[in-house]
Amino acid sequence: MRYLPHTSEDIDLMLQAVEADHLDDLFSTIPDDCLSKDDLALPEALTEWELDSHMAALSDAMAVSPDYKIFMGAGSYEHYIPASVSYLLGRSEFVTSYTPYQPEVSQGTLQAIYEYQTLAARLLGMEVATASHYDGATALAESLLMAVRISKKRKVAVSSLIHPFYRKVVRTYFEPTGYEVIELPYLKNGFTDLAGLDELNDLAAVAVQSPNFFGCIENLKKIGEKIHNKDALFITCFTEALSYGLLKNPGSQDADIVCGEGQSLGIPRSFGGPALGMLAGRKKHMRSLPGRLVGKTKDLDGKRGFVLTLATREQHIRREKATSNICTNNSLCALAAAIYMASVGGTGIKKLAQLNHDKAEYLKQELKKAGFTISFESPTFNEFVVEFPAGFDSVYDCLLNKKIVAGLPLAEYYPELVNHYLLCVTETMSKNDMDSFVSEVKS
Amino acid sequence: MKENVGATGLILNEPLLWEKGRKGRCGFSLPRRDVESFPIDNELAGEGPDFPDLSEVDVVRHYTRLSQWNFGVDTGMYPLGSCTMKYSPKTNEKQAGLSGFTGAHPLLPSDLSQGTLRMMFELEQYLAEITGMDAVTLQPAAGAHGELTGMLTIHAYHKNRGAQRSKILVPDTAHGTNPATATLCNYRSIQVKSNEQGILSTESVADVMDEETAGIMLTNPNTLGLFEDNTKEIAEIIHSKGGLVYCDGANLNAVMGIVKMGEIGVDVMHLNLHKTFSTPHGGGGPGSGPVCVKKHLEPFLPVPRIVEEKGNYSLSDNYPESIGKVQAFHGNVGVMIKAYSYIRSMGPKDLKMASRLAVLNANYIKESLKGTLHLAYDRPCMHECVFSDDKQKDDHVTTLDMAKRLMDYGFHPPTVYFPLVVHGAIMVEPTETESKEDIDKFIEAFKSIADEAKEAPDLLHNAPGKCKVRRLDEVSAARKPCLTG
Repeated sequence: MRYLPHTSEDIDLMLQAVEADHLDDLFSTIPDDCLSKDDLALPEALTEWELDSHMAALSDAMAVSPDYKIFMGAGSYEHYIPASVSYLLGRSEFVTSYTPYQPEVSQGTLQAIYEYQTLAARLLGMEVATASHYDGATALAESLLMAVRISKKRKVAVSSLIHPFYRKVVRTYFEPTGYEVIELPYLKNGFTDLAGLDELNDLAAVAVQSPNFFGCIENLKKIGEKIHNKDALFITCFTEALSYGLLKNPGSQDADIVCGEGQSLGIPRSFGGPALGMLAGRKKHMRSLPGRLVGKTKDLDGKRGFVLTLATREQHIRREKATSNICTNNSLCALAAAIYMASVGGTGIKKLAQLNHDKAEYLKQELKKAGFTISFESPTFNEFVVEFPAGFDSVYDCLLNKKIVAGLPLAEYYPELVNHYLLCVTETMSKNDMDSFVSEVKS
Repeated sequence: MKENVGATGLILNEPLLWEKGRKGRCGFSLPRRDVESFPIDNELAGEGPDFPDLSEVDVVRHYTRLSQWNFGVDTGMYPLGSCTMKYSPKTNEKQAGLSGFTGAHPLLPSDLSQGTLRMMFELEQYLAEITGMDAVTLQPAAGAHGELTGMLTIHAYHKNRGAQRSKILVPDTAHGTNPATATLCNYRSIQVKSNEQGILSTESVADVMDEETAGIMLTNPNTLGLFEDNTKEIAEIIHSKGGLVYCDGANLNAVMGIVKMGEIGVDVMHLNLHKTFSTPHGGGGPGSGPVCVKKHLEPFLPVPRIVEEKGNYSLSDNYPESIGKVQAFHGNVGVMIKAYSYIRSMGPKDLKMASRLAVLNANYIKESLKGTLHLAYDRPCMHECVFSDDKQKDDHVTTLDMAKRLMDYGFHPPTVYFPLVVHGAIMVEPTETESKEDIDKFIEAFKSIADEAKEAPDLLHNAPGKCKVRRLDEVSAARKPCLTG
């Protein structure tokens, strides 16, 4: 096996050194009744070349663009990824290192993550950002737990227009804690209904997603005022990070904690993971943040350098009193996002975000012209909900055969929204693609 | 000093991203605009983020230079204890990069996702076979996340029986994640002391186990690199009081094909695909932390589960007792592909051989260095061995000094100051992918450092001297944190 460098001579010499006769003797201290009696029942080893064809066959059994036209986002977005991003991300000094416990031999990872934290904070308009989390959903769960820690209150409210899967993850995280999670309904215009807030007291935080799951851009400023009047922390959440190339960032709308998914920033969809949980906050809450943080410092000669910092929040020091059980970030995904943000740049991201908006708007207008109803009138970024006529599900299946995915059917997540579909258009979709989509759904 | 692996070479300084670039540059090929512009309402429009504008060349040089300041497994030996820094095969990266895998949307109908679903289903089966467990979820994103998922299944199990418990047993050798995870599950950690042999005795467990205790979180092999010989008996004690045994499988690399945790009383365990199954650590992630359970915990696993019928794979949410979701989608699929490729490339014989050689390498280091460094527990070890700086006390040299000096010799330092039960711990895990020659060089380096500790201790106090930076001021970094530029 090419990954195992030992020759039989090496093995003999090493066994001699440890005073053992056979490799099995190394396990002689394990009680006999703990040893497994049978060989592992696994498929026999493949050569590198056999593996190539086996994996190619699996990969070929997947529906992906450009073969398929997939008008589906819902938390996983198709964006172009420059070759330079993938290429740099493959540098094995980044790929094969670990959490930078030893900063002197990890300055590459550390500076890159410090830069990621900075770009993430600038994108979201916040003062500090963590070194990243598993995904948007766990970042939201951690944000809500953080709010509970800060406020010492035991109740949180979340908008029902937060991604349904994110809310499920929050439920899972909150189940053993005894803290209460309340869901806020939505209005006919596709916005979160905050009227119920008046009845609620002792809220640690209220979380709202924008653009929300229906694609609508919430009025965060107004929402924030309302939440702050209740003396609760204002958490905003997002699934489409690129939208802040165009929209007002949540920090400028007075969010206390911002969290969400950064997959759009140079990370392939990969069936949903790995992804990039982003989490940003205010300086005053810095010591309550979950997860890794990189800070700037100096070496013995006064030279700039970077280290993992504020470790006294973390599990390896605080053990059962830690702010979270997290011990790593999704470092390579954060690196991808940093390289992507650096490549697109301040000028580029505005244009790219505008293009996403305009393409989605084009499809929206064309569908309207074709007589379909846009379910919610509120402004959107690159996703929106359309109501197709009753019985559209059979058309949906026909379109699948024609390699078109006509968005996400919403009824599974919002039973009242039968025949409503969440559509997504990014810069990867051409006008031609959209025109033929409209003519297909019309027919 | 005789010539060693560590040398100096030209590396380049590089400013921070925003100290570079010129307004108006762009390193991205903007897609063609083929639709008209629809201006957005002024109320909604922001100014756009304050990112630097860089050319593609600016970006490529920046990150190439940064990468050269890093030490990875591909650079050299990285014996970070408890982290299993084995070689990450390149073909695995290639497979994970196939366009059918990278381009896949997680919410497409199952019929359009058969390749990935089959890979995931088979990986679950392989992991069940390797651990001797009955069912597997691949959803957790990392080891600590797997721990949380595993402990949530225990929490759900007790709740489902209508008798929730309040405590959990955690050995004093445990990773810090164990007690932190227990807290997230609202269990109070009760520390159990390891004995003079570095393992848990049945008596110490029997003394504290009661019917208010949900179970035990056992790391096996433990963080001292020792097999928990009494696992079976401990499991019997825990089970007799209605508790469950959680196994932290971070150290599975020692026992593949040798011990199946499912056969010795473990009810639930997590694995780290980025440790045992060779997927790269990525500077701290993404990893993957599958959870394997016995039949009685299967109903509680996260949804969706992958089900197979006549060669057709689909996702099912139909598990009413499930703890729900722990990640938005299906876990770190890109990582799973690499672990799957590894298992298929190794096959059953070489997986077992990997464990045997990992243990051989660790014992070889233990025997070769025990005259130089104090060995905390002088008995055969598994995949790692734990020394301390006890012998260097009189030289006024610490574990940290020796770790930093190792960098000058061209090695990544071992894990230091963990486990906590060994004062000044030096935890060495070579893994099976290090050759005898490289290990011999590592041993020589450590011996030479111990000599320097006696003859020229300042070489150690001032180490490292060959890295991009010298020792960094971590105290002021934490006192006056600067987290953004």
